[in-house]
Amino acid sequence: MSGLTHLQRLEAESIHIMREVAAEAENPVMMYSIGKDSSVMLRLAMKAFAPGKPPFPMMHVNTTWKFHDMIAFRDQQMAELGLKLISYTNPEGLANNINPFDHGSAYTDIMKTQALKQALDKYGFDAAFGGARRDEEKSRAKERIFSFRSANHVWDPKSQRPELWRLYNARKNKGESIRVFPISNWTELDIWQYIYLENIPIVPLYFSAPRPVVERDGNLIMVDDERMRLHPGEKPEIRNVRFRTLGCYPLSGAVESDAATLPDIIQEMLLTTTSERQGRAIDHDSAASMEKKKREGYF
Amino acid sequence: MAHVSDLIETDIEQYLQSHQYKSLLRFITCGSVDDGKSTLIGRLLYESKMIFEDQLAALEADSKKMGTQGQEIDFALLVDGLAAEREQGITIDVAYRFFSTDRRKFIVADTPGHEQYTRNMITGASTADLAVILIDARKGVLVQSRRHSYLVSLIGIKQVVLAVNKMDLVGYSQEKYDAIVAEYLEFAKQIGLENITPIPMSAFKGDNITDNSANMPWYTGQPLMPHLESVPIATENPDAPFRMPVQWVNRPNLDFRGFSGVITAGTVKVGDRLKALPSGKESSVASIVLDGPIPQATSGQSVTITLTDEIDVSRGDILSAAGSPPGVSDQFEATIVWMNDTALLPHRPYLLKIGARTVSANVSAIKHKVNVNTLEHLAAKSLELNEIGICNISLEQMIAFDPYAENKDTGGFILIDRMTNETVGAGLIHFALRRAQNIHWQAVDVDRNARATQKSQKPAVLWFTGLSGAGKSTIANLVEKKLYAINRHTYLLDGDNVRHGLNRDLGFTDVDRVENIRRVGEVSKLMADAGLLVLTAFISPFRAERQMVRDLMGPGEFLEVYVETPLNVAESRDVKGLYKKARKGEIKNFTGIDSPYEAPEKPDIRVDTTTMSAEQAADHIVKVLEERGMLTGDHA
Repeated sequence: MSGLTHLQRLEAESIHIMREVAAEAENPVMMYSIGKDSSVMLRLAMKAFAPGKPPFPMMHVNTTWKFHDMIAFRDQQMAELGLKLISYTNPEGLANNINPFDHGSAYTDIMKTQALKQALDKYGFDAAFGGARRDEEKSRAKERIFSFRSANHVWDPKSQRPELWRLYNARKNKGESIRVFPISNWTELDIWQYIYLENIPIVPLYFSAPRPVVERDGNLIMVDDERMRLHPGEKPEIRNVRFRTLGCYPLSGAVESDAATLPDIIQEMLLTTTSERQGRAIDHDSAASMEKKKREGYF
Repeated sequence: MAHVSDLIETDIEQYLQSHQYKSLLRFITCGSVDDGKSTLIGRLLYESKMIFEDQLAALEADSKKMGTQGQEIDFALLVDGLAAEREQGITIDVAYRFFSTDRRKFIVADTPGHEQYTRNMITGASTADLAVILIDARKGVLVQSRRHSYLVSLIGIKQVVLAVNKMDLVGYSQEKYDAIVAEYLEFAKQIGLENITPIPMSAFKGDNITDNSANMPWYTGQPLMPHLESVPIATENPDAPFRMPVQWVNRPNLDFRGFSGVITAGTVKVGDRLKALPSGKESSVASIVLDGPIPQATSGQSVTITLTDEIDVSRGDILSAAGSPPGVSDQFEATIVWMNDTALLPHRPYLLKIGARTVSANVSAIKHKVNVNTLEHLAAKSLELNEIGICNISLEQMIAFDPYAENKDTGGFILIDRMTNETVGAGLIHFALRRAQNIHWQAVDVDRNARATQKSQKPAVLWFTGLSGAGKSTIANLVEKKLYAINRHTYLLDGDNVRHGLNRDLGFTDVDRVENIRRVGEVSKLMADAGLLVLTAFISPFRAERQMVRDLMGPGEFLEVYVETPLNVAESRDVKGLYKKARKGEIKNFTGIDSPYEAPEKPDIRVDTTTMSAEQAADHIVKVLEERGMLTGDHA
């Protein structure tokens, strides 16, 4: 009988995946989005190549609208671990002041999807680790761990390669690339439990604190800097809030909470009644919206 | 999400502690199209309280819009993911689902039941500890149930639940249930399937899922969920001899040289004697590293091992217990499951990946294929999509391996198409074949260079490829004349002189075309070895075969000459009247008409017959040969 716990089995699988990519890809990169899933992925990468460093850089696609705490945390982590970080922003998007207030879903496309494709092309990365999990969303549940993209970064769910045993086929033709999801089989609870067990640092925004927010369309939006456009009548008020997912601050809904420790957060997560991605505006469009975005090159 | 455990509310830290030590069970569900797989998984998610309120609300809305269960909740909608599948109402790909109870975490592979998706079932089954085989109580054991069971047995899943579903639709009849179970167990015996737990249930109504159903008091066994929570997990094999395929050589600095990989069998501790395969070199374990040093590690863990001696170990090698190492060979018998629309052809070169090693391989013989419905053995010249065959495999180099039955990770492999890079097949090694004979090349003093230099040339194969009627033979003939005129030594192989003699026994099926080209390639190689400039004129429609010949030759010795002519031009020429016959259906498998032509992507020489005359094309080719120095000897 095997004495391995579920977390040990998941950890071993993720590490195995990372080493395969490091060995077979010519120029891999790890997408680092600063959230809790990225934190776990980063820890796994450190373990996979210990006592050495991961043989690939981290990359953050920076929309310029991330929470300030996230950027500070990112820089501190990279310095502490001695890792190389590439921060990329879509220059045209920046020049045209593409922002979440005026541009809606075009904003996500230009500052995230297009930016990601540009960055991968610019540096010639042929494999990119992402922290997506299969339990997040229906189309993710069917995506392979090694997910191929055409030279135009397009995902074709109908022609996915079979993945058997621990064998991953990382071969590709010139111009094609792979998105690799080493934590595919982790659930949200697994992530939290691992963070707790391994004492992994996470962005303070996950913990409750008094923060200035406005209530908008049923969401609590944090006023993270002076760029936040207030609607007539809106007045920031200080409430005890925290975030269950992190992204661009004008698009991330906070929840009112007093959970200030990891066990508190996990307890709240386990008792809560709405699923994780609801705080993210991107999924609301339609049932097939994530699949469509993914086909277009979104992570 | 209301986890059953009250500890969440009262003592979260205690809860986390207890859940840290949960085990993980991976299982697959398989059954025919309407047996209710998706409904069962949806039901398990629902019963384990893994469905959030917003999901449940969306599900209720979806059920009304597109459900097949009237006003009731259609659990199948929970798991039928991709948009295309939702429209078609069937599951077309493997989907992975997650749920956990207080005792275990579960990963479910939802695998499609339709015949054409055997490959997805094999994929889902390859990582499963247990299989749930669904049977519709109204229909009993169907052909598909047998097929799925055979695949489960083939892939070596050690635990099976026979879920006799839809009992509500047969009045919860014990008689019906007993008859189905008896018939199934009889069949299971034939295919060597063991550890079968039959459970009568209704996934739709929730009978015998979490609690014993009041509708079936005659069933005294465990309901499904408690069974899944307690069944032994037999997948990792810590008691087997130690195996670790080396994925990565970890060399961060001069003082550390470790070998990283997943332990696929056995345990290892500091001081253990290990043998590296295929080299056979031995050393002892100096340290085992996870994030820090650990004294020992067991099957299933990803670790890094350092050795006491500097022996040569690289990615793809296997570290094993010194006393019971795996076998080493370059020829095997194996079961192959074919997963691609393009058939497996004997002698076609593929890449084989096993553990962390990728080598060139071909199927030297298909012994027979298996009819998965009747288990009959059938003769086969090729394996089509979803067919399963017993084959001999021949590799370009020695690899270390175990029989699949002993170790899935060192005995299971995938085949990769060299052109498209797709994963086209899965294989399970039975045993190594004794090498028929060790053919050693006779070393001779007069070698190919000496022979070629004598002729003031470098040996080469000019491989003319193109559609029928493109002008391959015409141009090749002209090239040969021009070379002869300048005293070079040549030989022209073309369809006519080969098909009438050497390859008289071959027809025009894909299988025969591959063999035709293989033989021509081997003959060309011998002739090049004799120092000749060999010209060949064959349609040779498949890239893989042209690549095969290229691989036979030394670097720079294979020159692909693409005689480019559009199909309509070739067809309008129709020198031999063949296109006309093919269009009438009098000739089958005619390239360009009902058999594909794969144009070269990067030919060494390209001649376009719509802009060049045959004479110009031949001059161009001779010029390229001159430029490449093919028309001068080594010391000329």
